[in-house]
Amino acid sequence: MDRLPDEDLALLLLIRFFERKLLALFERGELNGTTHTCLGQEYVPVSLRPLLRDDDWVFSNHRGHGHYLARFEDPEGLLAEIMGRKGAVCDGVGGSQHLRRERYLSTGVQGQSLPVAAGVALRLKRREPGALACVYVGDGTWGEGAVYEALNLAQLWRLPLLVVVEHNGIAQSTPTELQMAGTIEGRARAFGIRHHRLDTSEISRIRAELAPLVERTRAESSPLVAEFATHRLGPHSKGDDTRPPDLPRPDWYASYQAEHPEQSARLEAEARARVDRIADEVAARPPAVWTAA
Amino acid sequence: MRVAENLNRALHGLLEDDQEVYVLGEDLLDPYGGAFKITKGLSTRFPDRVLTTPLSEGAIVGAASGLALAGDKAIVEIMFGDFAALAFDQIVNFASKSVSMYGTRVPMPLVIRCPSGGNRGYGPTHSQNLQKHFIGVPGLSLFEMSPFHDNRAVLDRMLALGEPCLLFEDKVLYTRQMYRPGEVDDLFTWQLVDDVAVVRLDGAEGPDYTLVVPGGLAHRAIAAMRTLLLDHDLAGELLVPSRLYPFDPAALLPALGQAPLVCVAEDGSAGGTWGSHVAADLHTRLWGTLQRPVKLVSAADSVIPTAAHLERDVLVQDSTICRAVLEGLDG
Repeated sequence: MDRLPDEDLALLLLIRFFERKLLALFERGELNGTTHTCLGQEYVPVSLRPLLRDDDWVFSNHRGHGHYLARFEDPEGLLAEIMGRKGAVCDGVGGSQHLRRERYLSTGVQGQSLPVAAGVALRLKRREPGALACVYVGDGTWGEGAVYEALNLAQLWRLPLLVVVEHNGIAQSTPTELQMAGTIEGRARAFGIRHHRLDTSEISRIRAELAPLVERTRAESSPLVAEFATHRLGPHSKGDDTRPPDLPRPDWYASYQAEHPEQSARLEAEARARVDRIADEVAARPPAVWTAA
Repeated sequence: MRVAENLNRALHGLLEDDQEVYVLGEDLLDPYGGAFKITKGLSTRFPDRVLTTPLSEGAIVGAASGLALAGDKAIVEIMFGDFAALAFDQIVNFASKSVSMYGTRVPMPLVIRCPSGGNRGYGPTHSQNLQKHFIGVPGLSLFEMSPFHDNRAVLDRMLALGEPCLLFEDKVLYTRQMYRPGEVDDLFTWQLVDDVAVVRLDGAEGPDYTLVVPGGLAHRAIAAMRTLLLDHDLAGELLVPSRLYPFDPAALLPALGQAPLVCVAEDGSAGGTWGSHVAADLHTRLWGTLQRPVKLVSAADSVIPTAAHLERDVLVQDSTICRAVLEGLDG
């Protein structure tokens, strides 16, 4: 893999060790409820980071910590939200899967945000041409009818909608071949929507491939489906991974670490220390107060 | 002026006065102007903000929510209110929850219009009053159109709430006249007390019974009051709130507490309904004051048949209300 700038690798590792910290906290019984980690998929939002603008809207899903951290680099606010502590992004009401900050919003129901993003994209097209609405979905999301209703609207109304598919091959416990006939590309093509598949985790290549396509979404106001072939390393939620232990789990970081050991070790140590520090600090905070209640 | 025209004018006025208002729905464009012609003329005058959509109720409400989220205001027409079931997730799990689930209040100026009710022979899936399925959802308000409440004022109020609102519109009501200020007919007068239209027998003292009904039942209730007066010498009072839920009866309690009988009527199928919610609330608040149990009238616990004679038996008619009042007073 190509050497990454420190800035990118640091962000990737922040996400990686943030997620690992969450699983550790759960194991120790220090987190309430549930969570869905994006281990293995960190490079998707980090690749997109320079391609998205502050005036773009981002709609995330249940597996959204990486999306949030790539946009705001706010591990303190996110962890406080997940732990229900003071300084929580949404006062502890939304939790892991219902975050909102400025033009970033996540929801916990599959496919639900696509029609909403289409509505936002309509507003952007008319009031702020050049801005777009980006929606993260998974492969499992394509089972929902809302996806197709929204894609139809997006192409019909020529909306600046970027659909980022994190196709990790497994929907909770169900492999793609047991839940999807045909392909995501075929689905996009059926609506006449541009589709681009990314089979790599090379961030520079992803950016180079996507930049002109995203630019076209802005310039001509048209939807785009960007499908990342990616891998979920961890469980769907926590301790619920039923895949065989010997199943190959390609990890971009394992490859990267092997090729760039010095940079990896240095930034990993920093990321670990930062996340440890934040976790201790946030855990010591008083409970979040829902002021608007 | 017919109620349909009042609503159509309200939408024209709203689109004219507020550049942020959108109207979305199926078959809205002229010359068709919507299945019930409520949107007639809108797309000709405001082509950019009156959007005809695919048959995608979920996406229509979702997209309208997106507009509202981003700073616009949206009014959705669901062709038949029954199809609001197709948008249930967007209404219950997104639009309503978004108002509060992100910690701080997120304004969601969104109105979902639901042409509802039967007595038109449209059968089981095109005739329902689905209010009960949407009651008790945090962040969601329910309103019902009436021949008393000016629709422009109601629309303005709903949008100003900054949370999603369902507006139930009885389809038969479209064809009826709005009541002129103060005047119902030769017997009854009306006035607004807050958002409740109060209909009284002209010159009568305290009523013999009080009806509480949503707007769609107003004419049937008034017909029942007429019969009860002329045939049984019973003077009634009728209360028609504009907002069904949340419904705060506080201002009405003194009068309701003195009524010999309170009868709540609704035209949705019986069981877990708006009327039962109101009746239970009144029992609690007026315990010790009520002279009789609150009488509840709902449509039958049944699908709504298509054939006119069968449909009539399932839905609430003026005779149903008459009978209930007489039973209640006898009981």
